[in-house]
Amino acid sequence: MQSLIALFAGLLFGLGLTVSGMIDPAKVQGFLDVTGRWDPRLAFVLGGAVLTSWIGFQILFEAKRPVLADSFTWPTARQLDRPLVIGAILFGAGWGLFGYCPGPALAALSLGHPQTIIFVIAILAGMAAHRLTPVKRPPGSSRQNA
Amino acid sequence: MSYLSDGLPVMEIAGGIMIGLAAVLLMGFNGRIMGVSGIAGGLMTPKRNDWAWRLMFIAGLAAAPVAVTLFGGSLPPVRMTGGAGIAAAAGLLVGYGTRLGSGCTSGHGVCGLARLSPRSLAAVIIFMVAGALVASLVHPLLGEV
Repeated sequence: MQSLIALFAGLLFGLGLTVSGMIDPAKVQGFLDVTGRWDPRLAFVLGGAVLTSWIGFQILFEAKRPVLADSFTWPTARQLDRPLVIGAILFGAGWGLFGYCPGPALAALSLGHPQTIIFVIAILAGMAAHRLTPVKRPPGSSRQNA
Repeated sequence: MSYLSDGLPVMEIAGGIMIGLAAVLLMGFNGRIMGVSGIAGGLMTPKRNDWAWRLMFIAGLAAAPVAVTLFGGSLPPVRMTGGAGIAAAAGLLVGYGTRLGSGCTSGHGVCGLARLSPRSLAAVIIFMVAGALVASLVHPLLGEV
């Protein structure tokens, strides 16, 4: 049952990314490139998504438990630490370079652009590389925020 | 501003609401944060009973454009901005960076901001600025491929 919800949530998320144009790398770069002919339209995607989930989360904060699971796994990390800063810089650089973040890239796989397939494989390689790198973490800054 | 001449950003707002609803759905039913890099990254260290929902979420995500076409909708233009080399380099940065920084546009951007998390707000500002810097440098050079 949880898998079914996950499938539906993934589909709904992907539909949102598709109709909003987040699956178009040129549009994303046009949004990020504030020095050129800046296209601010994609800010409405983030704005709409944040506002909608903010409202929904307010309701969930009052709930005892999720419908299908024992507890909510809200992220617990609080500190602004070095891994967060460096990770966000590296991620942002990659996002600006090609115009895809992980969600839209996965959603666009079926469109069959070779670059998208290469990009997704490289994401997995980058994630594997991170797993193989021994990083000392202060307590409380575990990878729970993703 | 170019968006005024292109009309109101109706599809952008509609898409954003769908993304937000998906995040609420995943938390409300499964108790999980909708962060794509976290969901995908969790498959690298699969725990018992904790991989099926991840695969299903990604399957749903990947099926979305197919579903749009199937129901007679039209897809927006999808224009590549770089070749294989750029894609590979960018993917490595995104994969490593999102794991090190504990999240991407969905986990920090959508869910983190909706939770009013200062840590996520910092991450969003940093990756937006980094993205803007790099895109401003490469966008005029590469354009569309």
